[in-house]
Amino acid sequence: MFPVIDTSAFDLDRARRARRRAVAVCAVSLALWASGVSAQPADLAQGKRLFESQCGSCHGPLGNGGKGANLAQPRLRRASDDEALFNIIRRGIRGTEMPGSPLTPSQVSSIAAYVRTLGRVAPENIPGDRTQGQGVYASLDCARCHTVGGRGGVVGPDLGDIGARRSAAHLREALTDPAASVPDGFLQLRVVARDGRVFSGIRVNEDGFSVQFRDLQGRLHSFWKHELDVLDQQWQRSPMPSYAGRLTADETDDLVAYLVSLKGITDQ
Amino acid sequence: MTTSSPPFRLPAMLAVLVSVLVAVPGRAPGQVPYERILDAASEPEHWLTYSGTYGAQRYSTLDQIDRDNVGELQPAWIYQARSLQKFEVSPLVVDGVMYITEAPSDATALDLRTGRPIWSYRRSLPQGIVTCCGQVNRGVALLDDQVFLGTVDAHLVALDARTGRVRWDVEVADYELGYSVTVAPLALKDKIIVGISGGEYGIRGFLDAYDPLTGERLWRFWTVPGPGEAGHDTWSGDSWQRGGAPTWVTGAYDPELDLLYWGTGNPGPDFIGEVREGDNLYSESLLALDPDTGELKWHFQFIPHDIHDYDSTQVPVLLDAEFEGQPRQLVVFPNRNGFYYVLDRATGEFLVGKAFAKQTWALGLDENGRPIENPDTIPTGEGALVYPDDDGAANWYSPTYSPQTNLIYQNVREKGGVYYLADATYEPGKIYMGASRRVVSGEDPQGFLRALDPLSGDLVWEIAVRAPPWAGLMSTAGGLVFSGTMEGDFFAADAQTGDVLWRFQTGGAVYANPITYLSEGRQFVAIAAGNSLVTFALPD
Repeated sequence: MFPVIDTSAFDLDRARRARRRAVAVCAVSLALWASGVSAQPADLAQGKRLFESQCGSCHGPLGNGGKGANLAQPRLRRASDDEALFNIIRRGIRGTEMPGSPLTPSQVSSIAAYVRTLGRVAPENIPGDRTQGQGVYASLDCARCHTVGGRGGVVGPDLGDIGARRSAAHLREALTDPAASVPDGFLQLRVVARDGRVFSGIRVNEDGFSVQFRDLQGRLHSFWKHELDVLDQQWQRSPMPSYAGRLTADETDDLVAYLVSLKGITDQ
Repeated sequence: MTTSSPPFRLPAMLAVLVSVLVAVPGRAPGQVPYERILDAASEPEHWLTYSGTYGAQRYSTLDQIDRDNVGELQPAWIYQARSLQKFEVSPLVVDGVMYITEAPSDATALDLRTGRPIWSYRRSLPQGIVTCCGQVNRGVALLDDQVFLGTVDAHLVALDARTGRVRWDVEVADYELGYSVTVAPLALKDKIIVGISGGEYGIRGFLDAYDPLTGERLWRFWTVPGPGEAGHDTWSGDSWQRGGAPTWVTGAYDPELDLLYWGTGNPGPDFIGEVREGDNLYSESLLALDPDTGELKWHFQFIPHDIHDYDSTQVPVLLDAEFEGQPRQLVVFPNRNGFYYVLDRATGEFLVGKAFAKQTWALGLDENGRPIENPDTIPTGEGALVYPDDDGAANWYSPTYSPQTNLIYQNVREKGGVYYLADATYEPGKIYMGASRRVVSGEDPQGFLRALDPLSGDLVWEIAVRAPPWAGLMSTAGGLVFSGTMEGDFFAADAQTGDVLWRFQTGGAVYANPITYLSEGRQFVAIAAGNSLVTFALPD
């Protein structure tokens, strides 16, 4: 529930290292290919079938998590490269419920290839201009609530890698109808304390006895529930205003183009 | 003999009261400017830097929990880390939030009232990381609105203190060559000081300073001098290139002298001296550096040409005292090699060296503090017995000095080892030590919490615990010293007498330093044990 920050975004050096290690990965790929194992697109169908039967009970039919981790992400914390992903499926993760697998290397390879597709956003035709969009982002003061490259407000979701996680169509909808697409776990609260103070904010964490939230100025609050008169959970609500009618079509295109360009690794 | 301690000023007390009253529950996002860390002693309700203050006494002026009521101390909340690796964190506390690290290289912010997580930064790590002694981390540094974390893949990461989001992430060194970062960085002025681990892998050690805003490296002090640098001639041949001397424990700072103090570890290979003839500067030394430039102002080498892997990477403790009739600015250092040292911290002059634990590697120290080596303990093919073993009489865990009792406290390990020479052919990223070790047959290693006279190193009292401990210490104005054991006990002793007044079985070995702070005006004590971070308070 509370924010868990996945890593590797903003890590240029790691990207460089990954390139350096490409030689090693190539060697592994070559070895797999030599043994009749390769991750050709034709294997994706097999990978999908195996994923659903072998992995889906924990990771969900779409791979977006359940008892197991959400794999529908552009970057996987424990599998920063294909070699690591292959090894995790093969051997499991010690100290967790993720078991090793008796599948053949070929089958593991096809699952890995399929898992890699889960977090990818399909390429789209983006009509807008990224640089113009950055200007729109600034003029709307989006940074009051959102962060890019670690800078900005913390009430709204971080947008530093939003382009790697969300499609242009999704972002366009989020601009015009923010409440229609609030992120998983994002919850607006209205809180009235016993002492009469009233807060609006976004939940950071909650258990049966306490709740932590940020008010709309970004200040953190922690209350025991017995200290509250009202704890109103406003699911599918968002403090973000709709920009429908407030932006021209070009401005919307430009802003979407800017957001789609935010991939974490390259945008600092 | 007198000692001085920071005066507890009335304005500071009022500031504490005011901040307590206004800070909870709706508080502004944490802002920790350098000036606040510099004056950390005036806000004991927080724990702003690794050792509590730059002077590294690990002493708190909080006194709600005292000798009379400590027996009522009870757990308040527990946070369980996800990793089963050793949990070596020293937490930091500011403005209603506790910042911890979890092995291997994760950071978490906890709500101080409830122990509930606010955010976690979970680092993706490449495969193939090598660390000699566990993929661990000892804590973060705070500066302004950022949290700084070193990682076992040898990076330094700046996080947004509000969210844990990455601000920047830079490579300190190449982990594939055996470099890693486990140390808690030190925020100092407008710099983040970070040391390096890897002394068992033939690294060349250094201490670095980084720009907190950009991650740009501002200076590097090589602890093994290169060609043309002073001290380079203390290494034979090209041995300096693999000379070790890592810097993996957080140092101390004296703002008046403007000197940064930092210990250095073993030369490499750890146990074979022939391939690196000479004193091997600046391994096994205490360094005094200009924090603005990284320039070396003085050094004191505890063990020239060490061949027992006695890393002199302990926390230097700064205190002022009258020594032989003269007021002196001192740095004291209970060394892993079993000797307690007192140096003049302005000049590095050696004043006192006295064994505080069983040791056989030295026949004594000469008038300059240079050890007289015992040849019988040099590792051989047939095996040589030495005390202490390479885990040391002390280690990375912190000592504490109480101005109230004028005693220095140290957890002590008494355990020997038999060392057999082994091959040490350098291969990048591979173990480069040169010996194997076996335990001493029939010996039951012993652990002690010892209170020493700070100016002589004389033993004042001791508490025997069972196994040699890995817990750090903290003393308080409540007349208490807190410690932990390998058997899972966390306990408080009367700092004057050594009487154990309270204990709690945590269920996991303690590999961490305790801290104390106020939450909503109540004093808490926190310790990591097993995979749990446990906080304690008196009944509400």
